Amino acid sequence: MSVPIVLHFHDVSFSYPHLTVLEEVGFHVHEGEFIALVGPNGSGKTTLLKLILGLEQPKSGTIELLGQNPSKARVQIGYVPQHASYDPSFPISVLEVVKMGMVEARGRQPKEKLRQLALEALHQVELASLADRPYSDLSGGQRRRVLVARALASKPNMLILDEPAANMDKESEQRLYETLAKLKGKTTVLIVTHDMKRVSALTDRVFCIDAHKEGKVGRTVVQHMLEEEPDDGVKRILHDVEIPADQCRYPQEAGNE
Amino acid sequence: MSEFMGFFDALFSPDFPFVRNAFFAGVLSSVLFGVLGSVVTVKRIAGLAGAISHAVLGGIGISLYLSATGMVPNLSPMVGAIVFALLSALIIGTVSLKSKQREDTVIQAIWAIGMSIGVLFMAKTPGYTDPSSYLFGNILLISTQDLVLLLTLDVVVILLAWYFYPQIEATSFDEEFSQVRGIPTRLVFLVILAITAVAVVLLQTFVGIVMVIAMLTLPAGTAGFGAKNLVAMMVGSTLFALLFSFAGLVSGWVLDLPVGAMVVVIAGAFFLGRSVGHLIKMRRSR
Repeated sequence: MSVPIVLHFHDVSFSYPHLTVLEEVGFHVHEGEFIALVGPNGSGKTTLLKLILGLEQPKSGTIELLGQNPSKARVQIGYVPQHASYDPSFPISVLEVVKMGMVEARGRQPKEKLRQLALEALHQVELASLADRPYSDLSGGQRRRVLVARALASKPNMLILDEPAANMDKESEQRLYETLAKLKGKTTVLIVTHDMKRVSALTDRVFCIDAHKEGKVGRTVVQHMLEEEPDDGVKRILHDVEIPADQCRYPQEAGNE
Repeated sequence: MSEFMGFFDALFSPDFPFVRNAFFAGVLSSVLFGVLGSVVTVKRIAGLAGAISHAVLGGIGISLYLSATGMVPNLSPMVGAIVFALLSALIIGTVSLKSKQREDTVIQAIWAIGMSIGVLFMAKTPGYTDPSSYLFGNILLISTQDLVLLLTLDVVVILLAWYFYPQIEATSFDEEFSQVRGIPTRLVFLVILAITAVAVVLLQTFVGIVMVIAMLTLPAGTAGFGAKNLVAMMVGSTLFALLFSFAGLVSGWVLDLPVGAMVVVIAGAFFLGRSVGHLIKMRRSR
């Protein structure tokens, strides 16, 4: 079965002035895969995310997102940021936050259509009953799920979540992963997290930004083996078992890259 | 009481067109204060607007000097004010986008340097020029032509705010997400700053620099406590601005005090009152 590649890093390097962050990064993600990208704080996860979304440009190498330049293709991505600088005094309802997921570069869209799609997305995260509540009234976990609904509202080809479970209580985290479980196989999911030990059991493959290639200053991305932990709903990352970054369930596509 | 009624007699009397003009200026500027003030508040750029509004004094001072010395005869102070406003908006906007950590320093520098240039040029301008008249303005000196200018800016700002509302709301709420959605967030930011700068110039020549910055923040801040969304904040803020302007105009007339300063004091008292009320409500709900 031929499964298209939706994200492809070819030998990508990136530096800020006076700071080399990433060097010779190469990996790919297939349509429908559930991928975890892990790395300790300060390892370059945010930079990698910005490169995927076309918010930064690589110094060398190329990145293909949905077969295009990321800055063109990013509108097809459902992005769930950390939104750490959220202003609780901002007057906005839950429904309006979700409608924002369909905002375009200019102009306005029909109100009723937006409302309908936003409510559908809120149903997906089981928060439709809170649609008219002020966003600031929600708990941290509920707000994060609203941001997932916002990302889903535009019916994206791929969902990218930046530290989705950060500062979340256990129940909210469980509900979030229940929502993501429903998407598994239908939408490509890429989760960025700093938990280096374990990832959700939904995860197909894990990439770590932690290692330096020999003689290089910037970090690179390596793929590690995953081991299922019984009854815990998580998979353990086997850091001592490194597998080639381009190895996947679909060797024929990987070989034809 | 008789002075209070006297204000209404003057408002409807053909013998006092300046009172009527001041009233209409209050109504028209309330729309700008309401709409732009809400955007400035949710985008948290009140400091930037403050620096721009004070820096225009530099342009006013230079224009007055050039005009009075005959170097550029009949140069309107508004021309210098607009040049300084746009220039300071461009500098602050660029620094804010390129080097966020320097933003605060640049805002204070532009604020202080602009005002100082204004005071220096006014000191060397032949004849008597009082900088405080530009700080507090005089709403009672507004002409019909000024009202037309204000109305034009009202229409432009309302149309832009209506058409680009989704983009303004999104970039104010979550800039990174908006960028991913393809919104040119930097352009939106610079356009908002430029429109604020032009509005500040128009408004400050009528009501004074201090009142402009107070009215760009206080009505929006007051409305923000109860608003459900940005549109409600804009409408509420416009109504508060209208209430404060009218109350300032009436009390200034009755008590024979400067109207601009009265408006600011009333708006400030209202905002502080609502802030305290909000804090008490928050404590009780915990």
